[in-house]
Amino acid sequence: MTVESDGIVAATATRIFADLADPQTVNRTKNSQWKAPLWDALAEAGLTRAWIPDHLGGAGGDMADGFAILGVAGRYAAPVPLAETLLAGWLLAQAGLDVPDGAMTVAPSRPNDALKLNANGTVYGRARGIAFASNAEHIALLADSEHGSNIALVKVSDCRLSDGVDLAGDPSNTVEFNNVVPLQCAPAPASFDRTSLLSMGATARSVQMAGALETILSLSVAYADERVAFERKIGKFQAVQQNLARLAGETAAALAAAGSAADTIAQPMGKAAAFDNTLLLEVAAAKIRCGEAAAEGAAIAHQVHGAIGFTNEHVLHRFTLRLLAWRDDFGSESYWAARLGAMIAQRGGDNFWPLLASR
Amino acid sequence: MSSGLSFDQIRLPPECDRLRDDVRAFIAEEVAAGTFAPRRPGHGDTHDPAFSRRVGAKGWIGMTWPKKYGGHERNFLERYVVTEEMRVANAPVRLHFVADRQSGPILLKYAPEHIKRDILPRICRGELCFVIGMSEPNSGSDLFAAKTKATKADGGWRINGSKIWTSNAHIADYMLGLFRTSPPTKENRRHGLTQFLVDMKSPGIAVNPIIQMTGQHDFNEVVFDDVFVPDDHLLGEIDGAWKQATSELAYERSGPERFLETFYVLIELVRALGDKPDLRGAEGLGRLVAQLHTLRRMSVSVAGMLQAGKEPVVESSIVKDVGTLWEQKLPGSVRDLAAFLDHDETDRAILDDQLAFATKIAPKLTIQGGTTEILRGIIARGLGLR
Repeated sequence: MTVESDGIVAATATRIFADLADPQTVNRTKNSQWKAPLWDALAEAGLTRAWIPDHLGGAGGDMADGFAILGVAGRYAAPVPLAETLLAGWLLAQAGLDVPDGAMTVAPSRPNDALKLNANGTVYGRARGIAFASNAEHIALLADSEHGSNIALVKVSDCRLSDGVDLAGDPSNTVEFNNVVPLQCAPAPASFDRTSLLSMGATARSVQMAGALETILSLSVAYADERVAFERKIGKFQAVQQNLARLAGETAAALAAAGSAADTIAQPMGKAAAFDNTLLLEVAAAKIRCGEAAAEGAAIAHQVHGAIGFTNEHVLHRFTLRLLAWRDDFGSESYWAARLGAMIAQRGGDNFWPLLASR
Repeated sequence: MSSGLSFDQIRLPPECDRLRDDVRAFIAEEVAAGTFAPRRPGHGDTHDPAFSRRVGAKGWIGMTWPKKYGGHERNFLERYVVTEEMRVANAPVRLHFVADRQSGPILLKYAPEHIKRDILPRICRGELCFVIGMSEPNSGSDLFAAKTKATKADGGWRINGSKIWTSNAHIADYMLGLFRTSPPTKENRRHGLTQFLVDMKSPGIAVNPIIQMTGQHDFNEVVFDDVFVPDDHLLGEIDGAWKQATSELAYERSGPERFLETFYVLIELVRALGDKPDLRGAEGLGRLVAQLHTLRRMSVSVAGMLQAGKEPVVESSIVKDVGTLWEQKLPGSVRDLAAFLDHDETDRAILDDQLAFATKIAPKLTIQGGTTEILRGIIARGLGLR
């Protein structure tokens, strides 16, 4: 996922983030005034609406473009609801609903949470860990009714939000829907369900995590190449080199796993998010492996940086804490591992290798 | 803030599906005929001359080489499919595998025409076993400490010294070896080694077996007592072998054999867990599957990038580093996950037998073909730290 291979969309995203969300600058800033110009630039370039088809007022709906944007967003780990807004646009587009301007988020994002669409058309239920809900204007949601899954758009101001932040301090709210009247609502396509939303969210987070791992690798290599101890750059010590090589291995695994899942969803079958064993393998593997890489990678990056990396003034925590926080969104490693393992076991030993080999 | 690491999303093309079906059908026939038993690794021989000839007859050795040398001009992804299917089935490919993976490609690049015409078609027919002559008693990972000498003689060279840990030397027809033709220079300690093709039937070669801790015999010591090698068996540049090693390493390091060597215990675990495992079994299995799928996607990606003419040197070293550690830990992970399974209700005897073998071979996986430490040095260099 280099800038070159991602093409023009990623290059645009990279330029905007580099200009308006430089981690050093952002980290030194005491207020959040930098967020509005960043968001405006992303919106103006169409990057917040990449997963919405033209006929619904979007920027084309090309899945690969959206994932490329998220890879860049992960590299900058900027606390703006870009992934959430993209996911919300994608969800609304599944039901052909109009997509409003501005920041959005999606619900539910925890495997055990479910929302209900009442017979009178109102939405009821509770969704925990909704990223950036308190910063968003709208929530795109999936709610179950007697007739199946439904996709709806509600105003955040019509819901009850509890304060909450994730490990990195970004908003992560419990949202209560007490018979909220949606602005729009339509049945989801056949076979579209909570697993479809969870899969898309998990893949988006995986791509962000791979991007953030790329950055902590770059930061760690650069630091090891300038910090001197025992009269040598610490990067000259084999013990440090071995650690950085492991970090490169974890980063590589995350890039490959997230890229593979994103590529699978970006194929035509991904349009309606048809959920089969292939997609389960790809999505689960991405979220599991990126989550594992996040934990391993963050620990190594901190070890290489020493005490300075543990300070608020250093940018490292902006990436490591988000890496750790993102593990919990749209299904943890343990959740996906249990599902993936159950699927493999159910198919049996003789069908195990053929499934792997088909990818 | 890009890492510079790159894994192109390579999917195997449709022609690979047909090929895979053919390979599976062939393997099923061989198993039915009693050639080998996929679930019984460690029992029976890992090389089988008749089997290698049948694989050659199928066109699955030297698949990517030019037709005029007996090859089949297929692509590296097709070769990848054959390699992984054979590996997963525990097929006895040892006789031809090294020749197919690395010796043949080196000969293609550096051998004179008449030697290519003579030897490559025989490799493709599955008739020849090649070995790699690199390690010496005091020169293992530090390849460039090699001392075994090739001295200029009339019409050729005379080799004196010894190689060690030489897998398959006792069944080999040829060695591709590195021998010292000049001392290293102050500026370049890698200078002075030259690559030669050595006929293992040459007078003066003695092969002494070294039995491994598994009880198996792969390793050997190969002693050279004034062994004559003709001039036309010199490969590439005199004193410049160090320039010739790098591109082949990418193929050698990133293949499916770098993470699938103990894979059978995972398949057997799936069988032992049954179709409704408890949460611990399912979660543990799921993590292992995710890690394996990721490794395979990395490995296929490297194969595709190599096919496209790229040189993913760091990426291929990463595949071997992460892959060999994974396959090394796998027997332990499977043992843990199988710990509470009821012996009477599962096929535990086969799993236990496999675990015993996999556990014993595990230590070698992160040593052979470049140790973990050497690989990480290469990765660190790729990161700009050396």
